[in-house]
Amino acid sequence: MLGKTAGGLYWMFRTLERAENTARLIEAGFRIALTRSTNAETEWRSVIVTSAAQESYEAIHSSYDSAQVVDFLLRESANPSSVLSVIKQARDNARLVRTALTTEVWSAVNETWMLFTDLLKDPIPETELPAVLATIRQQSGLVRGALYGTMLRNDIYDFCRLGTYIERMDNTARIIDVKYYSLLPAPSFVGSRLDNVQWETILRSVSAHRSFRWAVEDDFTAPAIADFLILDRRMPRSLSFCASEIVSSLTHLAEELGDREASHDLADALNTRLINRDISSIFDEGLHEFVGGVLESTAALAGQIEQDYRFSA
Amino acid sequence: MHDQGTPRAPYGVYDSWFSGQNNERLAKKSDEAEAFFRRTGITFNVYGQTDAEERLIPFDLVPRILSAREWQKLSKGIEQRVYAINAFLHDLYNRQEILRAGIIPTQIIAQNDAFLPQMMDFSPPGDVYTHIVGTDIVRTGEDDFFVLEDNARTPSGVSYMLENRETMLQMFPELFSTIKVQPVSDYPKNLRRSLEACAPASFSGKRPCVVVLTPGIHNSAYYEHSFLADQMGVELVEGHDLRVVDGHIAMRTTRGYKIIDVIYRRVDDEYLDPLTFNPASMLGVPGIMDVYRAGNITITNAPGTGVADDKAIYSYVPEIIKFYTGEPAILKNVETFRCSEPDQLQYVLDNLADLVVKEVHGSGGYGMLVGPAASRQELSDFADKLRARPSNYIAQPTLALSTVPIFTESGLAPRHVDLRPFALVSPKGVNITPGGLTRVALQEGSLVVNSSQGGGTKDTWVLED
Repeated sequence: MLGKTAGGLYWMFRTLERAENTARLIEAGFRIALTRSTNAETEWRSVIVTSAAQESYEAIHSSYDSAQVVDFLLRESANPSSVLSVIKQARDNARLVRTALTTEVWSAVNETWMLFTDLLKDPIPETELPAVLATIRQQSGLVRGALYGTMLRNDIYDFCRLGTYIERMDNTARIIDVKYYSLLPAPSFVGSRLDNVQWETILRSVSAHRSFRWAVEDDFTAPAIADFLILDRRMPRSLSFCASEIVSSLTHLAEELGDREASHDLADALNTRLINRDISSIFDEGLHEFVGGVLESTAALAGQIEQDYRFSA
Repeated sequence: MHDQGTPRAPYGVYDSWFSGQNNERLAKKSDEAEAFFRRTGITFNVYGQTDAEERLIPFDLVPRILSAREWQKLSKGIEQRVYAINAFLHDLYNRQEILRAGIIPTQIIAQNDAFLPQMMDFSPPGDVYTHIVGTDIVRTGEDDFFVLEDNARTPSGVSYMLENRETMLQMFPELFSTIKVQPVSDYPKNLRRSLEACAPASFSGKRPCVVVLTPGIHNSAYYEHSFLADQMGVELVEGHDLRVVDGHIAMRTTRGYKIIDVIYRRVDDEYLDPLTFNPASMLGVPGIMDVYRAGNITITNAPGTGVADDKAIYSYVPEIIKFYTGEPAILKNVETFRCSEPDQLQYVLDNLADLVVKEVHGSGGYGMLVGPAASRQELSDFADKLRARPSNYIAQPTLALSTVPIFTESGLAPRHVDLRPFALVSPKGVNITPGGLTRVALQEGSLVVNSSQGGGTKDTWVLED
C-alpha cells in the first residue's frame, strides 16, 4: 500500500471520529446551558478548551456565548476542527484513498459530506440543534457500519481503526484533563452541586451517562467515574479500551506487513500504563499528571505511526 | 436522426420499446441516474471557479446507437489514423523524413510548444507514443463521418463511457435482453494489458508494475483517474509519492520504496519533471526524464505527443496518413483553414460569421468562436485577436451536424453530438472498444458539446452483427 494511502485512511477516520466527538461535546454543553444556565459560559469555555480550539476561537470572538460557540464548532471555516471542516477533510481523504475503500464506505462518506454541506449552510437555530447533532452521530454510525460490514480485515482496515482510536484516546484524555479537578476525591467537594454538574457533563461528553449507571454498581463518585473513563475495558471510549484497540491494530499490521516498528513499542508502553491498574494508584501519581502523560504519549505514538508507515515523504 | 426527423435504422427496436414507455417513468429514471452519479461522486471540477464547485455531467438516458457496419468503418479509420500518428511521432523525433520530404513545413513544428527537443533521438519502449487515443468524430450524413480532433496526449472521458453503460444496465435491463449490444466493460482489463505490454525492455520481473499518476483530488478529471486505477487494480499515485531510486522510478509504500515500470500519467508534459520542464511544478517527479531516456520507465502517453494532436498539425493528418501508410485516409478531416497562411487568414476574416475559429493549442471548448452564434461585437473583437496572432488559430466551416434523439420533458428531441471512441496502442496492436463517449449539446441548436460548456453525455451502443 502507498504510504500516502495509509495516511489518507488514518486521517479520514481521525476526522470522522472528531466530528462525532465534537457533536457530543456540543450536546453536553448545550444541555448544561439549558439546565444550569449560571454555568453556561464556563461550560462553553471548557468545551472550546477541550476541542483545543481556544486560540482560534478567541481570535474571532470575545465572549463564550452559546450561539457563537455552537456555530464555531459546527460551521466555522476558520476552525479546522469544526464539524463542517472535518467532514470536508474526511471526504477529501476518502477521495484520495478511494481505490482502497468499498463502494459502501465511499458512498457513506460522500453522502455525509453532501448532507452536511447542505444542512450546515446557515447557522443552526437552537430548535434544530438536537436534530442536527443526532444526524452527525447517525452518519458517523453509518460510515462505521459500512467499514465493519464491508471492508476486508487487512492493512487498510487497520489504518482506519488506528485513526479512530488515536483520535478517540486523545479526545477522552482531553475531556478528563480539562475537568480533572472535579474528579479529584477531595472530601470538601464531594456531593456539592458543582461536582454533580461537572460529572454529568463529563459522562455526557462521552455518551456514557446511561452506560455508567448500568455498568458501575458504585454511586456517582469521582473515583468511580475516573475509573470508568480511564480503566474500564468495557467502555468503548475509555483510555484503556482505546489503547488495547491501538495495540491490536498495530499487531495485525505487524502480522500483515511482517515487521515490528518503533510505534509498536510506544503503543505497548502506553497500554501497560493502563492495564492492571488501580484507580487509586493513578490518584497517587496525580490525575492531572497522569492524563497529561497519556496525551503526550498518544501524540508521540501518532507521530511515530506516521513515520513508521511513511505517510509522507 | 434523418433530416425528416425519424431515427436511423439501428434505432428500430429501441424506438418501438420507447414508444411503449411513459414519460413520467422515464423522468423518474432520469432523476435516479442523477442521484446515483452524485452519490458515487462522478463529478468534475470547473476551472476558474473560486469555490471549485463539483458538477455533474448531465446524463441523457436515450442511447446513441450505431450498427456493426457503421462501427467497422469507424474503427478501421481510427486504427489507420492512430497507426499513422505513431509513425509520424517516431519519425518527427528521429529522422524527420516527413519534414525533409516537405510534406509538413518545418516552422510549424519549430513554433510548436508541444514539440519537445528532449525527445529527439530517442525511441520509447515498443516505439509506442500514443498508448491511449480518443478520436473525436462527428457525422453529417448517412456515411459521412469526420474526425474533429485526434486527442493524442491524455484523452479523458473513458470513465463516462463505462459508467454510462453501467447506469443503463441498471436502469433498463430489459433493453439489453432484447437488443444485443457489444460490451465495453473489458476496457480496464485491456488498458492494463496494453500498458503492461509497453513495459521497458529492461523489465525482467513477473508482471510489470503499472500506476496511474494524477495531479491530485483538485484536478477536474480526478474521478476518472481514481476510477481507472481502481478498475485496473493498480495504485493511484501523485508526484510526491514517487522518486528516483537507483536509476528507476519508485513509489513510497508503507514498507519503503517499490520500483514501478509503467506510468499512465494524467499530468501534462510541462509538469512531468521539474528538472527538465517547468521548475515550479510540484506535480511531477524530479529526474523522471533521465530515467525515461535511460529506458527504465514507460511513460504513457509519451512526452511530446501533443505535437500530433495540435490543431495546426490536424490539417495535415490526411497527408501524414498517406506518407506513412501509402493509403488514403479512411476517415475524412473537416476542412480547415490555417490562419498562419495569409490568403487563408483573409478568407477567415471575410467569412468569420460562418466559421468556427479555434485556438491551435486550445482544448475544452475554451477560447473558441462559433461564428453563427456570435454577436457583431464578439465577431469584431475576435477579428482583432486573429490579426494580432494569426498563427494561433485555425478555422473550420460549421458542419451540418447530424442529430440524435435525447429525452426531454416533452418527449424525444434532436440534439447535436460527437463521439469519442478510445483506442489502445501497444506493440501487440491497436484495440478499440466498440462504442465510446458520446457528448451531446443539450441546448437546442447548440454545437458545443464540451462538458465545461454545459454539454452532457449518453451511452453509446454498437450493435452486434
